[in-house]
Amino acid sequence: MHEFRVQVGPAAFRIGSQWKRPLDQLAELYRDYPVPQIPDYSVRLESVSLLRRFIRPSVAINGDYMLPDAAPLPLEQGLLAAEMAMNLQMALGWRRHVLLHASAVEKDGKALIMTGQSGSGKSTLAALLGHRGWRFMGDEFVLVDLESGDAVPFPRLISLKNEAIGAMLATALDGRFGPLMPSTPKGDIRHLVPPSDAIAHMARPARPALLLFPSFGFDAAVREVGPSEVFMRLTQASTNYVALGEKGFSTLTRFVQTVPARAIDYRDGIEAEALVNQLWAECA
Amino acid sequence: MTHNGMLLVDALRDPAGTARLDPAGWTALLTIARVEQLLGTLARKLSGLPVPDAVADILEEARINAEYQRRSALWEADCARRALADYAGKVVLMKGTAYVAAGLKAGEGRHIGDLDIMVAQANLPQIEAALLNAGWEWVKEDAYDDAYYRDHMHELPPLIHKERDRMIDVHHTILPLTARPRPDAEAMLADADALANGLYVLSPTDMLIHSAAHLFADGELDGGLRNLWDIHCLIDERADDAFWPALASRAAHHQLLAPAERAVRLAHQLYGTDIPSGWRRGHWPDTYYIRRLTARDHWGRGTHKLTRLLFYIRSHWLRMPPLMLARHLWTKWRKSA
Repeated sequence: MHEFRVQVGPAAFRIGSQWKRPLDQLAELYRDYPVPQIPDYSVRLESVSLLRRFIRPSVAINGDYMLPDAAPLPLEQGLLAAEMAMNLQMALGWRRHVLLHASAVEKDGKALIMTGQSGSGKSTLAALLGHRGWRFMGDEFVLVDLESGDAVPFPRLISLKNEAIGAMLATALDGRFGPLMPSTPKGDIRHLVPPSDAIAHMARPARPALLLFPSFGFDAAVREVGPSEVFMRLTQASTNYVALGEKGFSTLTRFVQTVPARAIDYRDGIEAEALVNQLWAECA
Repeated sequence: MTHNGMLLVDALRDPAGTARLDPAGWTALLTIARVEQLLGTLARKLSGLPVPDAVADILEEARINAEYQRRSALWEADCARRALADYAGKVVLMKGTAYVAAGLKAGEGRHIGDLDIMVAQANLPQIEAALLNAGWEWVKEDAYDDAYYRDHMHELPPLIHKERDRMIDVHHTILPLTARPRPDAEAMLADADALANGLYVLSPTDMLIHSAAHLFADGELDGGLRNLWDIHCLIDERADDAFWPALASRAAHHQLLAPAERAVRLAHQLYGTDIPSGWRRGHWPDTYYIRRLTARDHWGRGTHKLTRLLFYIRSHWLRMPPLMLARHLWTKWRKSA
């Protein structure tokens, strides 16, 4: 087994692989991240059978936490397999913060948090803002501290899908991109290394100041969202809210009571950025 | 051949000895403890001892998780209790849920999956109807599997609650009907101990015998280190002088003396459980059991493929006669083809 280790925010991973190439790709993309001594989670990229290690190699995703029906990926998508496996450990294992399926950026010590269904554009928006004056905190998970209520960054590689790849190639001109992985189960995927300030300050939390529920593909609009709806949507966006019991409840309750929330519709990045700046000035 | 499983056994047996571990040793220990579903138990054993910061975070997470599992297991048991409120017979909790419901050491930090209960076989239709009525439904609708469970197994086909997404296994005895030993399920129900909430747990001897039967007469030793830790805790907490002869005669009555003896012996050999000298006599296959139980590499993967295969074949051999096994595997194979 080849081995690679990486620390992303508060979480440390060990990734083992029967093939060297996916780990070389990870090592290159994560080269500015710290290397932990004792990992929180282990992930293994293994062949589905001895034969398939060499012929049409196929990567099974194994690790501390696994889904029984996770389909294997072709070796060319080994990098994606590793990223999915790390996400899975967080989604199923993390109990140290309330974990929200959300993206976040920071300015002046305050965090803008965006959550919504996949396709809402929250990841692309965070990536875009992270290259336009905000500090990128994460495009997949936001961790809410159980004591302070602060948002803790989890700035893993930015996972760009389909049209977002072209948009970010045009925005992040000096960005470091991973290999293009066409026609994965999620469409075309290409990873982008977060801006250097995101990595340098990945241990620095920020106070949640605005929560947005973006929807991509509609005429620009802003709507208020009532606290009970915000609460329900956050419980649905959290993978560990139930497991954390009373602490999870009090953390989310405080979040809802202190952080203003809006739903926004937008048709493109420029429109979204204008809405974000307007709401940030009004609310945060 | 690696037996890194011994790292976990040693840490549970002598928690302070973990002071000697380097980062690689800790990484292997924590990974294996997770695979064996003993991380919560390990966290309990290590609490208060100095450990590296990264380890402390992982152990704290394991404690939170164990508390969540305890809470949801008790909640699930209570849901079953309410669903079966009109049932006059005993509803006996089994395995992890029983340990936490009875406040036993074996439940401390323990991983708990499905809810396991045992009821009288004659009353299964009533239990089934009450559970279906309260929101549980069959996991898989398959005529062959359904008939197989009903004709040959010691439990109903698994049910899952449609809102809470939690499984319940309804047992009427502790071994498949195809296995050679025929435990006395009626006696187990008759001697079960009442809890304050109206549910029951097996008597101390039956609890240990069930755990041993589950490990040796039924399973292929997966999760064996946890099973033997349960047995270690049950003995450590409750075995007085009167316990041992009672255990021997009860196990013999259930035709499960050999598995019970082996479980007690292996707990002693692995975890240093205090057992009477008469129970310690070694048997040569014990070595193979211990090898099989501890065969893991530092990634937590099972090593010793051949030993594993032999134990797998053995597990099926014990569960059913050979011709029946062949027919069963044939049907399963045809369905998957």
